[in-house]
Amino acid sequence: MEEKAKPKLDLNRVAMPRQDPKARARNFNEVALGYTHDMALQEANRCIQCPKRPCADGCPVNVDIPEFIKAIRDNDMAESVRIMKGKNALPGICGRVCPQETQCEEVCTLSKKGAPIAIGRLERYVADWEREHSAELATSPNLLPSTGKKVAVIGSGPAGLTCAADLVKFGHKVTIFEALHVAGGVLMYGIPEFRLPKAIVQGEVDYVKSLGVEVRLDSVMGKLATVDELLESNYDAVFLGTGAGLPMFLDIPGENFNGVYSANEFLTRVNLMKAYLFPEYDTPIKIGKKVAVVGGGNVAMDSARCALRLGADEVYIIYRRSRVEMPARHEEVENAEEEGIIFKLLTNPKRFIGNDQGWVTAMECYGMELGEPDASGRRRPIIKEGSEFTIEVDVAVVALGTTPNPLIPSTTKGLETRKNGTVMANEETGKTVKDRVWAGGDVVTGAATVISAMGAGKRAAASIDAHLKSTKS
Amino acid sequence: MYKIVAKEKLCPVVDFMKIEAPAVAKKAKAGQFVVVRVDEVGERIPLTLADWDDKEGTVTLVAMQVGTTTYKLAKLNTGDQILDLIGPLGLSSEIDNFGTVVCVGGGVGVAPVYPIARALKQAGNKVITIMGARSKDLLFWEDRLRSVSHELIVTTDDGSYARKGVVTEPLKEILEKNKQISRVIAIGPAIMMKFCSLTTKPFGVTTLVSLNSIMVDGTGMCGCCRASVEGSTKFVCVDGPEFDGHQVDWDLVFNRQRIYCDEERQSLELWKTHQCQHS
Repeated sequence: MEEKAKPKLDLNRVAMPRQDPKARARNFNEVALGYTHDMALQEANRCIQCPKRPCADGCPVNVDIPEFIKAIRDNDMAESVRIMKGKNALPGICGRVCPQETQCEEVCTLSKKGAPIAIGRLERYVADWEREHSAELATSPNLLPSTGKKVAVIGSGPAGLTCAADLVKFGHKVTIFEALHVAGGVLMYGIPEFRLPKAIVQGEVDYVKSLGVEVRLDSVMGKLATVDELLESNYDAVFLGTGAGLPMFLDIPGENFNGVYSANEFLTRVNLMKAYLFPEYDTPIKIGKKVAVVGGGNVAMDSARCALRLGADEVYIIYRRSRVEMPARHEEVENAEEEGIIFKLLTNPKRFIGNDQGWVTAMECYGMELGEPDASGRRRPIIKEGSEFTIEVDVAVVALGTTPNPLIPSTTKGLETRKNGTVMANEETGKTVKDRVWAGGDVVTGAATVISAMGAGKRAAASIDAHLKSTKS
Repeated sequence: MYKIVAKEKLCPVVDFMKIEAPAVAKKAKAGQFVVVRVDEVGERIPLTLADWDDKEGTVTLVAMQVGTTTYKLAKLNTGDQILDLIGPLGLSSEIDNFGTVVCVGGGVGVAPVYPIARALKQAGNKVITIMGARSKDLLFWEDRLRSVSHELIVTTDDGSYARKGVVTEPLKEILEKNKQISRVIAIGPAIMMKFCSLTTKPFGVTTLVSLNSIMVDGTGMCGCCRASVEGSTKFVCVDGPEFDGHQVDWDLVFNRQRIYCDEERQSLELWKTHQCQHS
C-alpha cells in the first residue's frame, strides 16, 4: 500500500522588503515596500487551505482569508479583490496597520509551527494591486435597492467609514459628517505617512464615496447641529464614530512650557497639516535636537519616528515599565529601534524644566521598578527612591493615550457615558441607550485599533439595518 | 468651499470679509469663533466672529494682516473662495442683564466686541464701550459700536484722533466714577487684555477676556491652545475662548503666542517672495 504523501509544510515566511533603516529615518516615505507578485505568490502558496479557517474567525470583520489567498494562487487577482471587498472596504489600510500578529495570524494553523501565513502582507498586496489596476477593474459593488431610509454617521475614521460603506450597500442613504477638512479621522491626522500613506487612505475614502456615501467635511457635530437635531430632521438613525480625540497630559509641573506637545498636536501638525513639508506648507512644527516622547504605545512610536524624520539628533522613548509591557506593536518597536530611537525604559517624568523664555530645556525623571501586577494585569511601576535624574530635551511629546471628545455626549440628551468619557453601547450591536443612536470604535472602547473600530462599525451597520427594516417608513 | 460675498479694507492692514456659510450662521452666537484654512497648503487659524446673518447665510470676519494666512485672506476679493471654514466653535459669551457693562475693544479686537456689545444691549444692559487703536488710520467700526452702545469712548495711542491714550485710562475713570459696573469684557491684544484685567482687579469687577491662542483643530483635539486659568490647564478652543481675566496666567499666554515666531516670519517671507515673482 502506498501511503498518501503529506504535503511538505513550507515554513519560510516571505519577508517584507523595507527601506534601509538609515535612509528611512530621514524621509517620510513608506517604510514597508510591499510584496512583488512573485513574493505574494510564494507566500500564498504556503497556505495549506485548512478547512477550519481559524484566520477568518480571528479577523474582526471576518474577511474570507483562505479564499482571497486561494485567488492569489490561482492568479485571479480580480477575484481576490472581490472576495476581500465583500467584507472589508479598507484593505489597503488594514493590510498596513492591523495587528495581525494578535488576530488572524495568531490563530493561523501554521502559527503553531512558528510561521503563520503573512496575511496582512498579502492583504496589502491585493489592495495595492487593485489600486494599480483600478481602470481595468471597474468593479460594481452589489448594492441593494434603495430603502428610502437615511442614516447620519458622525466621524469618518475607520468605524464611520466601515459603518457607512455597509449601510449604503444595504440600500440606505448615508451622510458622513466629519469635523476636520479631510475624511479619514485618525488615519489622516494620527498615523504617519511612512506607515500609512495618505494617498492610500484617500483612495479608500474615495471608494466608500463611490458606493454613494455623501461626506460633509468641516462639520463639527454638537456645534453645527446636535444629534437630536439630526434625528428631528430627516435622519432615521445616527451612528457615532467620533473616536478618542482628546489628549491626556501628565499633569506634572512645567507641562505647558513651549516645546511640550501632546502626541495629538505633534502628529496632527506633521500628518494632517504636513508640517514636515514646511515652509512649502504653512503649518510649522518645532524641530527638536533632543526629543523625548513619553509613552510606550503605537502613538509614542509614531511620534518618536516622526521627530527623527523631522531632523532630530536624538530621540528618546520614555516609558515607565519595561519592554515586555509596552503596548506598541512589536514590529513598530523594532522599526523604531532599527532607526535609532533610544529607549529609556523604567523611567517616568517628574517635571519639565524650562528657561526664562518659557521653553522646555530638560526633563527630570524618576527611575522605576516593577511591583505586583495591577488591574491591567501588568506589573505596576513603582518609583525608586532617590533615583531622580535629568535629561536635556528641547522638544517633548506626551503620548499617554486619548479619551473621547465630550462634544457629542455633552450636547446629546440621553446618552450614557462612563467616567473616562466613553459612550456606553451594546458590545454586539453598538446600540446606545438612546433611541435610534448607535456608537462604535474608540468612542466606546477608548483608544484601540483601527480594525476593532471597523468591526464595531460593521456590527452597528447590521444592527441599524435590522432596525430600519423593522420600522415602517 | 466658502465664497466671499463682500470684502472691504477697514484700514490698510485690516480686512472685512462676509463669507457664505449658512450652517455656521444659523448656529453662531456672540463670542464664538471659526477656524479657516485658505488653501490646500494653508494653516488652520481661529478667527472670532465679528458678525453673522442667519437670513443671508453669511458670517463676517475681520482679520488683521499678521501672518501668512491673514495676508492670503487680504489678497482675496469678492467672489473668491476659501477652502475651509469650520464653526461655530468655542463657548459663547455669557449674555444676561447684568446692569451696566463696559466693553473694551483694542485694535482688531473691536470686531468681536461688536456682537457681544449688541447682545448685551439687547439683553437690557447699559453698555459703555471703549475702543482704542494705535492711531487714527487703524480705527474702524466706530459707527457700528456707537449703534450698540449707550456711551462710546474712543482712544488713540498717539492722539491722532479722539482721546489720546490707551483704553485702560478711561476704563479706570469709569470704574472710579461708577460703582455699579457689573462686568467688563475686554478683547484685543493680549497685553491690552492683561492691563485691562489689572485695572479692574482693585475694583473687584468681573472681567472677561477672549484669548487668541494658536490652535490647530479648534475642537479640543490637540491641546495647542492650553492656558492656565486659576492654576489649572484649560483648552481655549473648548473651555473658552473667554476666561476670567483676573485668573489667567498672562506670562504663559505671552510665551505660548511666541512659539512659532521664527517659523511665522519665514513662512510669510516665502509667501511674499512668491507674490513678487507672480506679479
